[in-house]
Amino acid sequence: MKGINLKVYKGEVVVVIGPSGSGKSTFLRCLNRLTEPTKGDVYFEGVRITDPKMDMNKIRSEIAMVFQSFNLFLHLTAKKNIMLALTKVKGMEVEEAEKRARAALDRVGLLNKADSFPGQLSGGQQQRVAIGRAVAMNPKLIMFDEPTSALDPELIGEVLDVMKSLASGGMTMIVVTHEMGFAREVSDRVVFMDHGIILEEGAPAEIFTNPTHERTKTFLRRLFKE
Amino acid sequence: MALDIITNNLGFFWKGALLTLEISLCAIAIGFALGILMGLGRISRILPIRLISTGYVEALRGTPLLIQIFIIYFGLPSVGLVLDPLVSGILAVGLNSAAYQAEIIRGGIQSVPKGQLEAARSIGMTYTQSMRHVILPQALRLIIPPMTNEFIILIKDSSLVSAIGIWELTLVGKELNAKYFEPFTVFIFIAIVYFIMTYATSKIMRRVEKKFRIPGYGAEA
Repeated sequence: MKGINLKVYKGEVVVVIGPSGSGKSTFLRCLNRLTEPTKGDVYFEGVRITDPKMDMNKIRSEIAMVFQSFNLFLHLTAKKNIMLALTKVKGMEVEEAEKRARAALDRVGLLNKADSFPGQLSGGQQQRVAIGRAVAMNPKLIMFDEPTSALDPELIGEVLDVMKSLASGGMTMIVVTHEMGFAREVSDRVVFMDHGIILEEGAPAEIFTNPTHERTKTFLRRLFKE
Repeated sequence: MALDIITNNLGFFWKGALLTLEISLCAIAIGFALGILMGLGRISRILPIRLISTGYVEALRGTPLLIQIFIIYFGLPSVGLVLDPLVSGILAVGLNSAAYQAEIIRGGIQSVPKGQLEAARSIGMTYTQSMRHVILPQALRLIIPPMTNEFIILIKDSSLVSAIGIWELTLVGKELNAKYFEPFTVFIFIAIVYFIMTYATSKIMRRVEKKFRIPGYGAEA
């Protein structure tokens, strides 16, 4: 990645698109320093979090991340998946954490699966629990790293619905996705990445109907042909 | 006539078997505690810790247990550390097993999907919290079958401490054979007693495995 400059405002939904290998995931992972950027700076609410002395655990508890492969804790039930960080990171009492976990599960429509283990849930359900886990932390930003790419087509809708409801609730989101419908419908801004750089960005209508770069055009044409 | 040797000396065998069990259980505990530390040390990001753990594993895995027993029991007194034979025996078997258990635990930790640690870290948990609450609970479940192997090997290897005069099962057998000269009867019986212990271990570990199995995770067996 080189020369990436991106500002995301509070309450904004930014969708990052681009061919695989273009550095989208790496970009997201640099934002919470899950991957250490070799150069450059990341500011979160005006604070330079790339400062080596930064308490990243505190920052990460405010920037939630949702992964392509869900990454629910496999040995814990849906409810306990959500409770773990609430008690260990936020220092909440168990009863309070449980209440919050149930509320989060309710929000993603899976309260009835509170005591199921990840292995007993469908991919779509797992991802919804993972989103619940993120939301329960009360984050200021949620980053989604291709949240629907590992899902069977018929399960994608339920996850996108949850994401849409988050967006309309005012959550700040950065979403790496190939779901152009979601990008067009929900996002405030679309960023097109290719070969580690941001080639262009703009309102979804602008990018989709009138892309300026040849590579963006080719990418979109190929995507919509499928 | 030959079976009389067994029946007349049941008390002696019983004591030997109990001692074998005691040595084995203590050594398993030492091996497990130290094995977790060394296993984590093997994958530590801190180079000196990694080097010490790797050196430990290689040294104790690469030399005979019998020699390690001799070093602790006969060798340490010359640097001023005199240990009771039973303590020496337990320590030697335990320290030796720690090297093998460390490798099993390292393997277990590394077979937990990478995304688990990422998810834990990305939600704000420290490395230690992630290990303790996310990685180890899964790794410990994964390593039950190879650990069963290690425990069984340890029970059998504990027979080597007979060399420093600990009256465990094997030394009892040697003594009774010297007295009656009925090696076939005596050692077959000794073998059977060892087998009962190892078979019980295998059964118990199978139970543990089932009890801690995560619903919907891994093979349903």
